[in-house]
Amino acid sequence: MNTVQSGTKGTVHGIISNLVLAHIDGPVAQNEIAYVEHEGAELMAEVIKISGGLAYLQAFESTRGLRPGAGIRFTGHLLEATLGPGILSQIYDGLMHDLHAMTGLFLQRGDYTSALDLDKEWAFKPLAEVGQQVRAGDWLGNVDERGLAHKIMVPFKLTGQYTIASLATEGLYKVQDTVATLTDETGQEVAVSMLQKFPVKRAVRAYREKPRPFRLLETGVRTIDTLNPMAEGGTGFIPGPFGSGKTVLQQAISRQAEADVVIVAACGERANEVVDLFVEFPELDDPWSDRKLMERTTIIANTSNMPVAAREASVYTAMAIAEYYRAMGLKVLLLADSTSRWAQALREMSNRMEELPGPDAFPMDLPAIISNFYARAGMVYLNNGATGSITFIGTVSPAGGNLKEPVTESTKKVARCFYALSQRRADSKRYPAIDPIESYSKYLEYPELQQTLNEQIAPGWTQQVNELKSLLMRGKEAAEQINILGDDGVALDTHLAYWRAEVVDEAILQQNAFDEVDARTPLQRQKYLVELILQVARTSLHFEQYEDIAPYFKQLINHLKQMNYSPFDSDAFQKYRSALDDILAERLLQNT
Amino acid sequence: MPTAFQRIYTRIEDITKATCTVKATGVGYEELATVHGQLAQVVKIVGDEITLQVFTGTEGIPTNAEVVFLGKPPGLQVSDALAGRFFDAYGQPIDGGPQVPGQWREIGGPSVNPVRREQPSELITTGIAGIDLNNTLVTGQKIPFFADPDQPFNPVMATVALRTAADRIILGGIGLTNDDYLYFRQVFEQAGALHRIVSFVNTTEGPTVERLLIPDMALTAAEYFAVEKKEKVLVLLTDMTLYADALSIVSNRMDQIPSKDSMPGSLYSDLAKLYEKAVQFDHGGSITIVAVTTLSGGDITHAIPDNTGYITEGQLFLRRDAEIGKVIVDPFRSLSRLKQLVIGKKTREDHPQVMNTAVRLYADAADARTKLENGFELTDYDERALAFAREYAEELLAIDVNISTEAMLDTAWKLFARHFTQTEAGIKQTLADAYWPQTEA
Repeated sequence: MNTVQSGTKGTVHGIISNLVLAHIDGPVAQNEIAYVEHEGAELMAEVIKISGGLAYLQAFESTRGLRPGAGIRFTGHLLEATLGPGILSQIYDGLMHDLHAMTGLFLQRGDYTSALDLDKEWAFKPLAEVGQQVRAGDWLGNVDERGLAHKIMVPFKLTGQYTIASLATEGLYKVQDTVATLTDETGQEVAVSMLQKFPVKRAVRAYREKPRPFRLLETGVRTIDTLNPMAEGGTGFIPGPFGSGKTVLQQAISRQAEADVVIVAACGERANEVVDLFVEFPELDDPWSDRKLMERTTIIANTSNMPVAAREASVYTAMAIAEYYRAMGLKVLLLADSTSRWAQALREMSNRMEELPGPDAFPMDLPAIISNFYARAGMVYLNNGATGSITFIGTVSPAGGNLKEPVTESTKKVARCFYALSQRRADSKRYPAIDPIESYSKYLEYPELQQTLNEQIAPGWTQQVNELKSLLMRGKEAAEQINILGDDGVALDTHLAYWRAEVVDEAILQQNAFDEVDARTPLQRQKYLVELILQVARTSLHFEQYEDIAPYFKQLINHLKQMNYSPFDSDAFQKYRSALDDILAERLLQNT
Repeated sequence: MPTAFQRIYTRIEDITKATCTVKATGVGYEELATVHGQLAQVVKIVGDEITLQVFTGTEGIPTNAEVVFLGKPPGLQVSDALAGRFFDAYGQPIDGGPQVPGQWREIGGPSVNPVRREQPSELITTGIAGIDLNNTLVTGQKIPFFADPDQPFNPVMATVALRTAADRIILGGIGLTNDDYLYFRQVFEQAGALHRIVSFVNTTEGPTVERLLIPDMALTAAEYFAVEKKEKVLVLLTDMTLYADALSIVSNRMDQIPSKDSMPGSLYSDLAKLYEKAVQFDHGGSITIVAVTTLSGGDITHAIPDNTGYITEGQLFLRRDAEIGKVIVDPFRSLSRLKQLVIGKKTREDHPQVMNTAVRLYADAADARTKLENGFELTDYDERALAFAREYAEELLAIDVNISTEAMLDTAWKLFARHFTQTEAGIKQTLADAYWPQTEA
């Protein structure tokens, strides 16, 4: 079912931008991969339509100079990811070619490099026994991939039951060496190496079941972890106009999140952002292991100047890699920046094919495509009972910052966490600019997650979170009243409500992603901070006149900020803490 | 160079406003041709039907016009002799000088492999505080000015270009008015900088579609100087809104379904392909792009500025400050995404905090102004914030200020101390201890 008849040849009949019309001499399959000959190179393309005996191919490269009559070779398979040890710390293009292995300063058409180092030897240790019954995704062995236990699995393409006929002994093997032979129910033998291929647009189903997410995925970003937590195996999206800090936020998550493997799909975004990752990640430590960040990361770089058709493929390539690592029982975090660029790539192609357009000229099936993609994330119980997860967070770049556009709306229907970046917050440099009131995490309503939070952080944690949220809510109302009625037109309590929300905003929501200490707040410190701030908010203070309130709270906020900038429990931290207590006490004393 | 023989066809089957179709064989996609002496480019091939887009439009082209295929895509002859010269959209001299000898390069060539890029880290100073202090630029960056058509974006851009330490400046004038074209020529000549400037200009008198070649011409020249000569190249593109308008005209004539604001669905990719030519190489060569995107009434939600903003590494917003009556770089809506790579590292350590604090206090002043406009009483703090904002705009934000970054930081500290207490400024204590002025002047 995964292969079609190969060996079909074709010739170029027409060219319209990256759409190539081809005459064919045999059967071809929809979405089959083909190579178009051009000046000694082969340009990769995918069949996207067959009509009137012509195959329509979308070329993953520029078609400049291509002439009618050029030869085409059909491969007999769909677009596939190459899976095996050596993926971590690599930088691939959208079709999973190794960018480091390419020659030259510029990307040359047809320079297709292998995703894996075929000559490198890996230390293989068997994990199964000869005679054992296995199915797709079951673990046969183990290799150490940059400090991570990389499982060698029964290839995902195999269907049904197999028996292990032979299994390699402990030793060094290259990825294409046979490490096991399996026999199927009819006695037919299949040789298995450490390298397998799987179509990127097909979900890997080698697991037993997919429960609702019930564990927290810690990111160290306070406004996410505390207010709208992401669940391990959850889905979320970050829409925001340009300049609202999407990329900084996503990079912070990719650095800090509690994950074994992080896949970053830079989909149609700036090349310099990818450079940031591969310059900084090899230097930075993974906060969750003794590896460097780069060692847990794979980057799929299809930047905005790279071919549009490959941009669409890049998110699927990233998902296929994520599913591969999930099947090893690992926590995978998949980040895609930005899913809007992917949708635009679909739009460009659909337009070129002269399909009837849906809203904003996007293809009609856009919502279905998006929801199918998000559905591939999730936590799973593997066949052996272990858990693995893919947490997926995508950014959306809504046109004109307007959230009522097709990509945002389609995504909102499927993603369970919504981190709305607000232009107003960004303008006043309140970063991360996640709007605390508009945003939500549906997982916070899951009893199973609530239970984990209350056990993991503190009993009654979820109530505390709700208390923070209502403080913010009341603060927002107070701000509106003050705006309408003026400072002297409202009660002192309204001022207090406003300033209490400001304390929450300044000390919890706002976080400096560029400050060494403040950038990442571990969960225990978040708990401390939340308790402290609730204590501040619950303290009843009395003021004679509203003019005294602002300076007083600014002083409080300043101390809280200094605490955030100081290492937890350090001398400086304690100094600001006791000064803060003094400020609070002082105000109480005056009024008793 | 054209290949040995050129094929000539004389039977045109279809003519539309912008394109004509001829039956021919052996033609390559995006190849150049002349139709009735006018330059044209292959935009569609189906079998032996070749559709050509005629840059000047098809007016006056007869069905028996001579179509000559040139066997190559649009290109430019590159060499050091480009320096000091002015060219049209096809790379032909418009300054009365001779043809430029050199190596032929196709324009709109391949992209730099992302892993061969270097992280930009070299500061660009302009003397303008709205840029150097608040939105610091870095070599290899791409950033547009967002400005309404009545704002002096071309003079500002010329100033920026001449004050930076670029080895080479490439001007891409897209639909420049003749007056602006002459302005640039004059300014560059007067500054004695002509020898390091190359200009490609399409004026409003030229055909609209020709404009589409200008940025690629400019960037091809830039790549020559940055890659082969390892120079720091600054590319100026003005006005990219007119470039996008030309794209929409072409896509409309090609019967494509428009997306937002009548722009082609591929606008993002089309713009990104140009802007992403900005790059820092490890050998020191770099391409920095400073562009202009004109807005309609400051509306950044229009498809052109919107797509641009998602591509570029920030934007510089020009606005007239009513308070001081001068053009400033708006601190709220402007942003340089790459500034984090240099501020506090290549500049003084207090730079990031000073910048943020000043903008925050300026925001407080904006709130106070709103209050004032709504007829509410101002607090003492509001009054001080307003006074601060006035001096901040006058002494730092105004586009005519020309001081060093260090002087900008000192000025900011002076203004903080004059109008606020340390608590109100809320700066990290260690920095306040080091830089807070001891006595107020």
